[in-house]
Amino acid sequence: MSVCLLEMKSLSVSYGNNVALQDAELKVFDNDFIGVIGPNGGGKTTLLKVILGLVKPVKGKIVFDQELQGSNKIGYLPQISTGDNSFPVTVKDVILSGLMIRKGLITMMSIQDRKKAGQVIEELGLAELADSSLSELSGGQLQRVFLGRAVIGDPRLLLLDEPGNFVDTNFENDFYEKLRVLNRRMAIMMVSHDVGTISAHIKSFACVNRHLHYHPSSEITNEQLLAYGCPIQLITHGEVPHTVLRKH
Amino acid sequence: MEGGIFQYEFIIKGLLGAIFASITAGLAGTYIVSRRMVFLSGGITHASFGGIGIGYFAGINPVVCAAVFSILSALGIEYLSVRQKIREDSAIGILWAFGMAIGIIFIYLTPGYTPNLMSYLFGSILTVTYGDIIALGVMSVLLILYFSIFYRTILYISYDEQFARTYSPYVNVFKYITTALIALTIVLNIRMAGVVLVISLLTIPPNIAMIFTRVYFKIVIWSVAAGFIGTAAGYAISYYAGIPVGATIIFTLVIIWIIAKAVKEVINIIRVRNK
Repeated sequence: MSVCLLEMKSLSVSYGNNVALQDAELKVFDNDFIGVIGPNGGGKTTLLKVILGLVKPVKGKIVFDQELQGSNKIGYLPQISTGDNSFPVTVKDVILSGLMIRKGLITMMSIQDRKKAGQVIEELGLAELADSSLSELSGGQLQRVFLGRAVIGDPRLLLLDEPGNFVDTNFENDFYEKLRVLNRRMAIMMVSHDVGTISAHIKSFACVNRHLHYHPSSEITNEQLLAYGCPIQLITHGEVPHTVLRKH
Repeated sequence: MEGGIFQYEFIIKGLLGAIFASITAGLAGTYIVSRRMVFLSGGITHASFGGIGIGYFAGINPVVCAAVFSILSALGIEYLSVRQKIREDSAIGILWAFGMAIGIIFIYLTPGYTPNLMSYLFGSILTVTYGDIIALGVMSVLLILYFSIFYRTILYISYDEQFARTYSPYVNVFKYITTALIALTIVLNIRMAGVVLVISLLTIPPNIAMIFTRVYFKIVIWSVAAGFIGTAAGYAISYYAGIPVGATIIFTLVIIWIIAKAVKEVINIIRVRNK
């Protein structure tokens, strides 16, 4: 039986006079893999931030299930720009930072924590880079490090903000495959502005363009393309897997 | 006999001063270099000269006045940049010159001779008191405790502030506390290297360390070592050559940095050859 991890009730967010999200309604269940799509500036990142508590709603609320309350139960993979990647910090340290919420202000990492970090590093194929500093890594390797940071705390919900942005093509399939495996033990919400190449593992879609439209199963993309406000045509050749969402 | 006592006192002061200056500058310096706060720290340093001027004028200990002044200006800059009411580098530029201007005006208004003024600008071992040394010693202990107890918290906030905000509501508190400690470190080291030069005492050692390592705590350790060698050698050279100590220390540190760069180049060449 699936558990409803969080429920948004007529949630609105604005920055000054700028309304980013209006009356958004969404339920996220524990086995969901939701693709969050919509135009740039449409409120996709805001949606993630409001779940994380980084921005406060001006109206409405989010009800969290007990499973998401208290400790580190939401994992977050931000867009690349948030950290200073020339900062002298090692791969292992960054991945361990995913455990910080469970710790108090005095933060010692136990042997168990280090073991856990070792497992995650191994799983993501970063073993040889564990003690390297971030400045020595490629974009795809960095992406794996941030995924490690997001999942080391065994979250119930994983939020990904445009991971496709800096995944190198060698790693892309591998990356989505890892997400599919992770989806067995956690719900995933993945923001993507790139409708064309969104992962085939996504089970449902949320279209965000100030308003939120939820498409419970993988249907078609025509109507949601209209949300982009400009004519877009998908041109395919032969048998390309595609999804068409119902009109809303 | 008197010369002997003088020399003994000089060695003690010089040695303890070098130890404490390198510890405090190494810890604070690694933080400001890693976080790219060198310009901010330069602003804090020069703003604190306003405190020195007021101290002279009011007959209060100039170091105490400078400490208050620098902490307030540091927190002011952090506050303004967090609020983003003003561009951070502009705020620094304004505060930098404003502090110097206040200092100059008050020193000008102070009647009679202003003793040791030059030692505040350029640093002098002869005017360093045991009180200054003890203050630096206490600061060393404080910084070592602070950075070891909160190592990961500080590291993670410095590396990725926005991510840190997803799990800690104390990000700003830590930033303010750390910046205040940096400001205090700078003021206490002004007695050693002077307002004009102290910022190099904080920035050169971590840059020497970063030639060889990119791991934060290793940078701290190597910074302290490099800082100690530079400061101690700088003292000795300044004493025997009779030249200003602050300038000599900075000169020595730059020489060490050049040598370290050269050593690294040689190591790289040997590595390539052995491959």
